[in-house]
Amino acid sequence: MRANCWLGRGEVEVVQVPEPKILNSRDAIVRITKTAICGSDLHLYNGFVPTMKKGDVLGHEFMGEVVDVGRGVENLSVGDRVVVPFPIACGRCNTCLAGDYSVCENSNPNAALAEKILGHAPAGIFGYSHMLGGYPGGQAEYARVPFADVGPIKIEDDLPDERVLFLSDILPTGYMGAEFCDITPGDVIAVWGAGPVGQFAIASAYLLGAERVIAIDRFPYRLAMARDKAGAEVINYEETDVREALLEMTGGRGPDACIDAVGLEAHHASPAAYSYDRAKQVTGLESDRPFALREAIRNCKNGGIVSVIGVYGGLVDKFPIGSLMNRGLTLRAGQCHVQRYLRPLLDRIRAGQIDPSFVITHRLSLDNAPEGFATFKNKEDECVKVVLTP
Amino acid sequence: MTILDDGRTRANEGPAAHEDRLGTALGWFSVGLGTAEIATPGAITRIVGVDNSATNRFISRTLCGARELAAGIGIFGDERPGRWLWGRVGGDAIDLSLLTAGVYRHRYEPTRLARLLFATGSVIGVTVLDVIAARRHAGPRRVSGHTARARATTTVRRTPEDLYRQWHDFDALPSFMYHLDSVHTTNGTSHWKAKGPAGTKVEWDAEIVDDRPDELIAWRSVKGSKVHNAGTVRFLPAPGDRGTEVHVDLQYDIPGGTPGYAVAKLLGEEPSQQITDDLRRFKQLMETGEVVRSEGSPTGARNAVHLLGQHPAQPLG
Repeated sequence: MRANCWLGRGEVEVVQVPEPKILNSRDAIVRITKTAICGSDLHLYNGFVPTMKKGDVLGHEFMGEVVDVGRGVENLSVGDRVVVPFPIACGRCNTCLAGDYSVCENSNPNAALAEKILGHAPAGIFGYSHMLGGYPGGQAEYARVPFADVGPIKIEDDLPDERVLFLSDILPTGYMGAEFCDITPGDVIAVWGAGPVGQFAIASAYLLGAERVIAIDRFPYRLAMARDKAGAEVINYEETDVREALLEMTGGRGPDACIDAVGLEAHHASPAAYSYDRAKQVTGLESDRPFALREAIRNCKNGGIVSVIGVYGGLVDKFPIGSLMNRGLTLRAGQCHVQRYLRPLLDRIRAGQIDPSFVITHRLSLDNAPEGFATFKNKEDECVKVVLTP
Repeated sequence: MTILDDGRTRANEGPAAHEDRLGTALGWFSVGLGTAEIATPGAITRIVGVDNSATNRFISRTLCGARELAAGIGIFGDERPGRWLWGRVGGDAIDLSLLTAGVYRHRYEPTRLARLLFATGSVIGVTVLDVIAARRHAGPRRVSGHTARARATTTVRRTPEDLYRQWHDFDALPSFMYHLDSVHTTNGTSHWKAKGPAGTKVEWDAEIVDDRPDELIAWRSVKGSKVHNAGTVRFLPAPGDRGTEVHVDLQYDIPGGTPGYAVAKLLGEEPSQQITDDLRRFKQLMETGEVVRSEGSPTGARNAVHLLGQHPAQPLG
């Protein structure tokens, strides 16, 4: 079968690989009908995630049709149409039973690698490094889905693929980011990053009752999408002083909650500030550039909530712990516990409360995945979200 | 899952006798010289060839004497004398820089220059000995004999009864203990075949020495076994509704001794890593029904500390 493989920094290629086989009794094999490139795939592409190997199949946002099931899978049958959550979760350990699927204790056979870097190991993730399990991803014709009795959600009506595909990651991720904010009437929420996850965080904050949502980015076309499609007020940080704007917009209080939907490859309006962290990143003095995180913490109102759904990988410098501590902020973070949100968000899609397909700007064939990565990375052609058809 | 121990014992360690003799000699040398520098700084300045001034006596007492005494006490008192021996090397550097300053100041006074150069030569000689002794003492502590100890623990969401029953089926241990090839139980003793480090094979007979249902199993190799080892597994109810804590404590000879241990560690096969991986698979088996496999780790959690051992994350051919 054809699969989009990681070959090294800045290099992906669609190559022929063997078709997946069932390895565990609770596996299913899915023939992929739609898959997508995630912003976090760019961290792999740009070489910021350790423990990648040449030949790793990428992709963790995918859906398709079940073509084979292991003997331990009783809730799915061949022919079922499913969306697959990106974290792999056993459903039986303490954390899964608590609903914290993305830190499943059993789904990462390479937990020892992750423990060395992170202390304890998170769940396995499709196509996202060996430290997170060494599982092939879904930018391919087929994928093996472990614990298929726990993860995938069946789509039994005629909702088109593009409307449900993002249940696999970015819709629940954005939603969880907004849910972290404990939104109450009158709340103003600021969202750093108007990429696909940011767009869904904005839309979700409104669904959860936010009074106003403010999007912060540097690309006018992304801010335009946030304003026109998700309903946000917008700040272009390359043109406007973010702190002044937020104070002005919130009567000096600061946003009630701040969402970091940017993560480790953030940019900064000041070339000097950017170069400082970029240089440290290049020389290995820090792994992540936390511009958005620092700004989210400093700008949040006293006693407010900072919600981190942008991906971080390792260590950062100049973390404003003083601001966080002295002002009584709450920091919430995590890879999305997708399994928790599948049913309620599918219901919202069905009810017409949200149509996630609004973020799609590029529809390509799987064979053009390398081109999709380059366009997405370079923000060319007003790219927000690339969907691939195998 | 946590490794509670680095897999090596800490008792009865120490370098071999010939290394000790040099270290001991340097320790006494430190004590003697330090005492002299503090008690009779005037004599020290004369021997070295510098002025018997208040400043030089002060330097002799504090910078040199106190330092030497501390190093001497450290070498005898600390269970890791290597650090103090390296401290001596640092002290030698201070002495050499002081002497260099003296040589420069008195470069036109032949008598003093000769004494200073003699003192400098002596310090260089001692520095060489210090470096030799410190290097011998450096590095990780040695394993006593060839016995290693490994401990690991995990929490499994099953009852102590379930876990005890599964573990007690020794013949099934290889399903999650991957370094075991087989275990066969007959009449209370069991015959174990295992993979040693770097492809070696080892076998032994073991007997149960303590067996408390749903609580504890302890075993050890019988007398006369080539590979001596002992182990205990305890099952403790975890607080709240969290299942059962499993605590494993193993002691065993490492084939190949200390070099074998080094090789094993390099290969990710050292006992503490092995038992941690074993417990990870045991938890998977008990909670999910089987050992979890990925294409990167097709046999399940194993040697995962090394990326080199990973298959690419693409379907297996």
